[in-house]
Amino acid sequence: MGRVKFGIVVFPGSNCDHDVEYVTGTILQQEARLIWHKEASVGDVDVVILPGGFSYGDYLRTGAIARFSPIMKDVVRFAERGGVVFGICNAFQVLTEAGLLPGVLLRNQSLKFVCRDVYLKVERTDTKWTAACEPQEVLRIPIAHGDGNYYADPETLRELEDNRQIVFRYCTREGKLTAAANPNGSLGHIAGIINKRGNILGMMPHPERASDSALGNTDGQKVFRSLIQSFIHQGEMAASAVS
Amino acid sequence: MYHARIVVTLRKSILDPQGKAVEHGVHSLGFKDVERVRIGKYIELDLRTEDRGEAERSAREICQKLLANPVMEDFTFTLEESKGM
Repeated sequence: MGRVKFGIVVFPGSNCDHDVEYVTGTILQQEARLIWHKEASVGDVDVVILPGGFSYGDYLRTGAIARFSPIMKDVVRFAERGGVVFGICNAFQVLTEAGLLPGVLLRNQSLKFVCRDVYLKVERTDTKWTAACEPQEVLRIPIAHGDGNYYADPETLRELEDNRQIVFRYCTREGKLTAAANPNGSLGHIAGIINKRGNILGMMPHPERASDSALGNTDGQKVFRSLIQSFIHQGEMAASAVS
Repeated sequence: MYHARIVVTLRKSILDPQGKAVEHGVHSLGFKDVERVRIGKYIELDLRTEDRGEAERSAREICQKLLANPVMEDFTFTLEESKGM
């Protein structure tokens, strides 16, 4: 199995693009390349990461304009063919605006920009993003956002629960879902969701900011390691199918 | 040419913490009888067409696809014939 190829889209106003490139490329020793938003194709990549930041200055609504960037057409095509798409923070907003994930991210209930570590409960370990986690594991990962308050109508919310599409929830250090542990007012404590097919995930917390041991916390690495693992398994399965 | 004045507001079912904060401010100002303060967006644009029906269709599509997010927002607009600048 070769290295996993990560393509990291750079919108005007992205500011976590280099962090993601550093984590995937330098720390985890995979192939990482930046893709300018004006490019027409994501090229030959295994995973497309849409990084955090303030794409287009958050004008109109967060993520509303980035969705019309030329590269997004190809990101949608890539996702439709089953390609793995990972949106972090501002890009979770982009994915909901683009209709790739349901719901919307409203202004934080406190009206404040919240920048601190939070605890996340891993609700399932059978996704490409969480396979390296223990069931019900609690991860400590930072958030940094003003609009992270997940909202969907009751019907959509029920569908998310029924299909087990909620992958990460805000919780206490012990894994309890309390109001105090919910930093932004998200319905159902939602911090990250996946699409039905399981190839698109959006989350508000920043795993790339908790992936370098020099920063004292590597919980975020588990998310990236899970992704890498999922391709290794895929490769093994393809190899055994051939033999 | 038609001049469109577009107002985008949060849906009634959505909490509006900004509106709530402003409502508190209004009460502090002494206007105790004020309620249901909601914050929205105001957008103007000119549509280069002489056909009112076309202007209306375009404005509606722009609202639906970009200016408002139907999951959380409603929109209204008015059209006024104008000579431009």
